[in-house]
Amino acid sequence: MATTFRFLTRLNLVELLGRRAKNIPELLEGLRLVPGTSIYYHTHRFLQQHHYLSPEPPNDFAFWVTNSLGLDSLGERLASVDTVSFPTIRDLRTKYLEILEFYSQGHNARNGDCPEGQEFHFMSFRTFILPTPYEARDLKEFRDILQKVSINSIYFHIFDARLRLKKGKNDFSNWLEEMGETQLAREISRLDPYTITFEGLRRDLIQRVSRHVKNS
Amino acid sequence: MSKIRDYVPIVGESTIEELFLLAERLKGKIIQNINSTAVGGGVAEILIRMLPLLQDLGVNASWGVIKGDEKFFHITKKMHNALHGVDASIGRDELDYFIDVNRQNTQEIMADADILFIHDPQPIALVEQKDTLGRKWIWRCHIDFTNPKKDVWDFLKNYIERFDCAVFSAPAFSRPLAIRQVLISPSIDPLSEKNRELSDDLVNGICERFNIDRGRPVITQISRFDYLKDPVGVIRAYKMVKKHLDCQLVLAGGGATDDPEGMKVLEEVHREAENDPDIFVLFLPPGSDIEINALQRASDIVLQKSLREGFGLTVAEGLWKGKPVIASAVGGIPLQIAHKYSGILTHSIEGTAYWIKQLLNEPEYAAKLGVNGREHIKYNYLITRHIRDYLLLFLSLYEQKDIVSL
Repeated sequence: MATTFRFLTRLNLVELLGRRAKNIPELLEGLRLVPGTSIYYHTHRFLQQHHYLSPEPPNDFAFWVTNSLGLDSLGERLASVDTVSFPTIRDLRTKYLEILEFYSQGHNARNGDCPEGQEFHFMSFRTFILPTPYEARDLKEFRDILQKVSINSIYFHIFDARLRLKKGKNDFSNWLEEMGETQLAREISRLDPYTITFEGLRRDLIQRVSRHVKNS
Repeated sequence: MSKIRDYVPIVGESTIEELFLLAERLKGKIIQNINSTAVGGGVAEILIRMLPLLQDLGVNASWGVIKGDEKFFHITKKMHNALHGVDASIGRDELDYFIDVNRQNTQEIMADADILFIHDPQPIALVEQKDTLGRKWIWRCHIDFTNPKKDVWDFLKNYIERFDCAVFSAPAFSRPLAIRQVLISPSIDPLSEKNRELSDDLVNGICERFNIDRGRPVITQISRFDYLKDPVGVIRAYKMVKKHLDCQLVLAGGGATDDPEGMKVLEEVHREAENDPDIFVLFLPPGSDIEINALQRASDIVLQKSLREGFGLTVAEGLWKGKPVIASAVGGIPLQIAHKYSGILTHSIEGTAYWIKQLLNEPEYAAKLGVNGREHIKYNYLITRHIRDYLLLFLSLYEQKDIVSL
């Protein structure tokens, strides 16, 4: 029996942790101590706030290291972390720590404080998940809803489901597999949603689903 | 007054649907805002717009204003300056007077309010009532807290930590506290008189009224006359530009009932302007929103050369009107402007003058900054995002987990 896909949405409330860093050792210390939600926040904030821009700015760590500490090479390494390939936030945190620890071994990083007023501020957030009125029973309904559902809903099912809710895969692909649409499920799983604007992602999803609607 | 559904054409149907979903979860809760002025200043401005929209969403939200005399507001002004890092000695007797006035205002607290939402330091000591009344208490700080003077900070911290939660406008204002801290940036209302679209005829008519020549470049700073907005520095930057480029400067703003310093600053501004016919110093009465809107729209460049700033809503206003904005990198302004992408951030009078010349000479680049700036405001700093954050904040008072299914 075919299952329905209930679209959920999620809204975030940003919290300030009262912890700041002015150099690499303080950034490292913060990265070790802050909760996982803070790592998730700083690796996904620009996606949210600048989702109309392409190319999007990188994660907060890379942006700060480049723009406030002037460490372009380290910033590039942090920016190139392939977020989509990490199954958990813990793995993601470990990767950033490795890069910063490696850098610290070769440099006297404590000498490099950022200018006053440009410190890195650790933040986190609370996520509120809400049901939307939208439910899809087949591919056609799924495509029609993708056209009108909020960008927050798409974000939730693509980004939060995989990494924050530890489902390992995005919600759309999971449902499509249940529906027997394995090829479409694989296509969506393979997407790198981190390198595309949200509206671009919506368009891409709609196009892919539309092709399968025609073929079905 | 606007209705919440009037925003659908600007932010989209789904954004408004989400607000209704959140509001539904707050049914039965009464929220009371309390601040110290009903008119003038950013806090009153946002509450005037936001309350009817919250009510339209079905949220039971109200607003109370504490009363104080000239002496009280003189003390709170000094407190405000000290929080901005300005030297201001506040005696023990003044702090006692501050607490007394707060205690005299306890009747402003509604008997049946579930959430007390206290804005800025003026009514902060009302939280003394928490022990007797219970309820949920939020302290909303609208001020730049980057370098507060220690004695005033210590005095206020004693009150702040009695709240359930503190809300700041920018990450730099966060500091170690024993309570939860939330980041909520303020916002502008695209349908307000100050920000709605205006016809060219109306803009031209208002410029004519003030004798501003629309045939020559206009540089404008809108802000109340306050040392921290550096109007004298703006005139000095203008004078540097004027040596090379013909232009006009508009300094326009009003005064708030809790700002007794304004007149003194205004005198200094007139002195610095030296009767230059191309400098327009406009002390606008309350309710001049259309005039402010028109002046921003008539501008080639909008400035906000603040020395300290809470958030700097005039930056968002200028950007929303698609104007290139040059502003100081203080308070919440860097959140609104990505330097050279959605506006220009400066650190000095000379830097401000340099960028005014650049933008007047490169109008295409200036226009691109304006377009990007408007997009950034649309997604992040309109009132609908602000309402969403407040609804989440209220709900968060009753939830402990990081991920909450509603």
